[in-house]
Amino acid sequence: MKKVAEYLHNNAPSKDKALLHTAYDAFFTFAFTPNTTTANGVHVRDGMDLKRLMVHVVIGMQLLYFFGTYNIGHQHFVALGEYTGFFEGVNLKLAYGLIKLIPLFVVSNAVGLGIEFWYAAKKGHSVEEGYLVTGALLPLIIPPDLPLWILALSIFFAVIIGKEAFGGTGMNVFNIALLARVFIFFAYPTEISGDQCWVAGFDQIIAGASPTYGWFETTFFNDWIFGPLGWPTFNAQAAIVDGYTGATPLGLAYEGGWERVTEVYTPGQMLWGNIPGSIGEMNKVFIAFGLGLLLITGVASWRITFSVFAGAAVMGMIFNWWGATPFMEVAWYNQFLMGSLLFAAVYMATDPVTAASTNTGKYIYGGLIGMIGLLIRVANPAYPEGWMLSILLMNAFAPLIDHYIVEANMNRRKKRLQLRRAGVTTDDEEAIPVPQVATA
Amino acid sequence: MRILRLSGIALMLCVPALGYSQGAVSGSNLTQYLLLGIVLSLVLVVIFMVANSFLGLEARMTGADRTGKSFAIIPGRDELIPSKIPEGVQKDRIITLNQGFDINLLGQPAHEIEDKMVTTVAMQPANFIGMSPLPKLAVNVGDTVAAGDELFYDKKIGRVKYVAPASGEIIEIRRGEKRAILEVVILLDKEQRQRKYEVVPPLEGERQALVDFMLEAGVWPMLRQRPYNTVADPDETPKGIFVSTFDTAPQAPDLALVAQGHSVAFQRGLDVLSKLTPGRVHLGLDGTSTPPTIFANAFGVEKHYFRGKHPAGNVGIHIHHIDPVDATQVVWTAGVQDVIAIGELFLHGAFYGGRVIALAGDEFERPRHLRTYMCASIADLIKGELAYPDKDVRYISGDVLSGVQKAGDSYLNFYDDQLTSIEEGNYFELFGWLLPVDPRPSRSGTFPNKLFGKDYQYKATTNSHGEQRAFVVTGEYEAVLPMDILPQHLMKAIMANDFERMEGLGLYELVEEDIAICEFACTSKQPLQRILRQGLDTMRAQG
Repeated sequence: MKKVAEYLHNNAPSKDKALLHTAYDAFFTFAFTPNTTTANGVHVRDGMDLKRLMVHVVIGMQLLYFFGTYNIGHQHFVALGEYTGFFEGVNLKLAYGLIKLIPLFVVSNAVGLGIEFWYAAKKGHSVEEGYLVTGALLPLIIPPDLPLWILALSIFFAVIIGKEAFGGTGMNVFNIALLARVFIFFAYPTEISGDQCWVAGFDQIIAGASPTYGWFETTFFNDWIFGPLGWPTFNAQAAIVDGYTGATPLGLAYEGGWERVTEVYTPGQMLWGNIPGSIGEMNKVFIAFGLGLLLITGVASWRITFSVFAGAAVMGMIFNWWGATPFMEVAWYNQFLMGSLLFAAVYMATDPVTAASTNTGKYIYGGLIGMIGLLIRVANPAYPEGWMLSILLMNAFAPLIDHYIVEANMNRRKKRLQLRRAGVTTDDEEAIPVPQVATA
Repeated sequence: MRILRLSGIALMLCVPALGYSQGAVSGSNLTQYLLLGIVLSLVLVVIFMVANSFLGLEARMTGADRTGKSFAIIPGRDELIPSKIPEGVQKDRIITLNQGFDINLLGQPAHEIEDKMVTTVAMQPANFIGMSPLPKLAVNVGDTVAAGDELFYDKKIGRVKYVAPASGEIIEIRRGEKRAILEVVILLDKEQRQRKYEVVPPLEGERQALVDFMLEAGVWPMLRQRPYNTVADPDETPKGIFVSTFDTAPQAPDLALVAQGHSVAFQRGLDVLSKLTPGRVHLGLDGTSTPPTIFANAFGVEKHYFRGKHPAGNVGIHIHHIDPVDATQVVWTAGVQDVIAIGELFLHGAFYGGRVIALAGDEFERPRHLRTYMCASIADLIKGELAYPDKDVRYISGDVLSGVQKAGDSYLNFYDDQLTSIEEGNYFELFGWLLPVDPRPSRSGTFPNKLFGKDYQYKATTNSHGEQRAFVVTGEYEAVLPMDILPQHLMKAIMANDFERMEGLGLYELVEEDIAICEFACTSKQPLQRILRQGLDTMRAQG
């Protein structure tokens, strides 16, 4: 293996072919940790690096990917009134989910990483790993039926304007995945809001509408695989059952509070996430599992996650007390079951680059995300979900929060030194009594 | 921290459970019960506290509290949990440091001292920060010198003399780029001669007389000045002098063993130092174990006990917690062996160039302590010591965090008491970032290092385990640096040349060895020590 690595390393494309060299280097360092040694500083380095950090976030999302894929298919068939049991028609649901998800994932990573490679080649440095997480997060937070060109366009915008313009990984002000999503939200609002977009495979969610199947469903899976195997096949003549709306719990809560929500979905459904919604944000149990992994490994900041929860809980209690609308009366702990609060707190708010960078700042940052997010969710009539907007808003304020924390640190130091000069001691550490001078 | 995380996860799991429970208890009811519960427990706490303080008051009035028994309802923390503080540590002088990280590496020096003969030693002007690369030489090749004879001096402060650590013949003056003097090499005599001073100024006398004597005798460079870690300026009056008596760096020498047999000189050295400052001499001791008698019995100094992981033993951490510095308020520092050398000078009127160094690292067959001279030849020290003589290894003067890489034919640095050798890590590792095959030191929870236990000794190589990246992760420096400093913001201020922020964020309180543990832990592999030195150099140039 050593010889292979050395051979591959020595035969890298020349640096004149910048893009090729950069791409080669990126894949080479992916396969092999480089042989660089420490110089001019510490001689031993921690085994941790950015690749390892990023990949642990992606590992934390794997259950969500698995569940999200299946749920795309499940929601599709629930709308049609076929295979309504969660474990019925497994092959169809999985196949349908993959048909929807794989293109989104491929486009997300191909476009984003393509831009990263190109910029890295232009700037003459190696490809940084930031997009690994963005590219994995983005498919989880969009509706399954999103046209691929809109996704590509949004990534173009987010990565070029939001990241490369600021200097690349580590320099961006706004969370890239959310920036891409907010681009879709403002440029193509009908694709990502309302009740129509969360169930895949229909032009319109009304009773009697038939699914739009393509070559993959009818020929590849039906004729080549499922048909010969004698498994259930896609039925192009099926139609949406009467009374099906595809509404999300948040839309229902806006209409008529918790009572209206529980008419349609049980809390158990909301907990396990087998309801319409964004691909990866629905299963609260698996998100909690990911949270556990991120906290045990120390990859994400627990300060941020828990202050988001605390902020949302406090805001929820304030709304409960106020109680002006049915949505406000939804008990604060039930707010955690709906929408993407958990996902946002675990995977979105904790992005270390765009969050506040001081430990104290993280509490403020997270707390405000929780409060503002719930405020937007409950009080905004146009769009009953607020995490994307509140996180982006706090991204903008994170440097300000840090600024005041840094200033406070500077003032504290100045004061400490002034007191020293005046011969006064303060602070807990200085609670040392004046020593008795021992005599020889 | 771990409790917080666990309780956080528990809280997380409670949230869905609460969601279920709403079937039984309606939402508003639950909130009411919760509030009622909080109010009730608050009232109870208040009642308890009032009663408790009445009892305490009564105990004091009757004098019962002097029996040493507790008369409180609520038992104090000390009663519930037996104190972990070892014997001999003064409880009121303990400073507990919660941040830090101990790197436990293979090749810890054994608890024994052996004499090791070296044939050459060399003074290196580059060891002294801020000295011009072309100091004025006082000797030529071929001259013979006694221990304590002047070798060179800095043109800026001619009074500070840099002397020969041992007697012998000057065999080479090695020069580098632009004729900068790298090493003044002395071939040692078989019979060591020392420059003798018949009259040693009395400690009760003038401070200036002591300073002049120390300058003349060549022990002055052993005193260093913060900020900047330069050789102490004899015209300055420090507000305190700090000596750390324990080294928490990886594979560090055991300073109690090193100082063994020198207790008189150590005490005399401290006495001298306390005459140099109108403030106090602060002695930093290890608060995690019973302090060795040589340090515990020191008198005329202020003792502080530090409990924590590396860098708890760094004198910079002690200064920060006891008496921080800025551009105008300076302190001096000295190592344990430097204090001994100063003491020896005042006891015997001669320069003491002996040093005990730690031979550390798993590339040595028998890592242990060696008694030799300061600035000893590395080639002589490693003779017959290497476990695998053909292996590609790195020699480090100092520890693996803040030491300096040395060629096999060069010399230990003036201030270092450790020679470390570890394997060069210049190899590729298949998916090393994802699936590391062998255990490696790390403070990240993504490695199963906690399962190996605290006493597991890791094999260290110089592999950087990844490439340099922009700052991404936040909070990891703060977690290992036990100071009220925001290292990442300070580093960015240095890179941006923002003078006001550099000063304000505590640049003056740091030197490389303090920030080294942050550099080790850095996920982005940033060269923090280099950035810091660049900032310090900029500020020093500004005056």
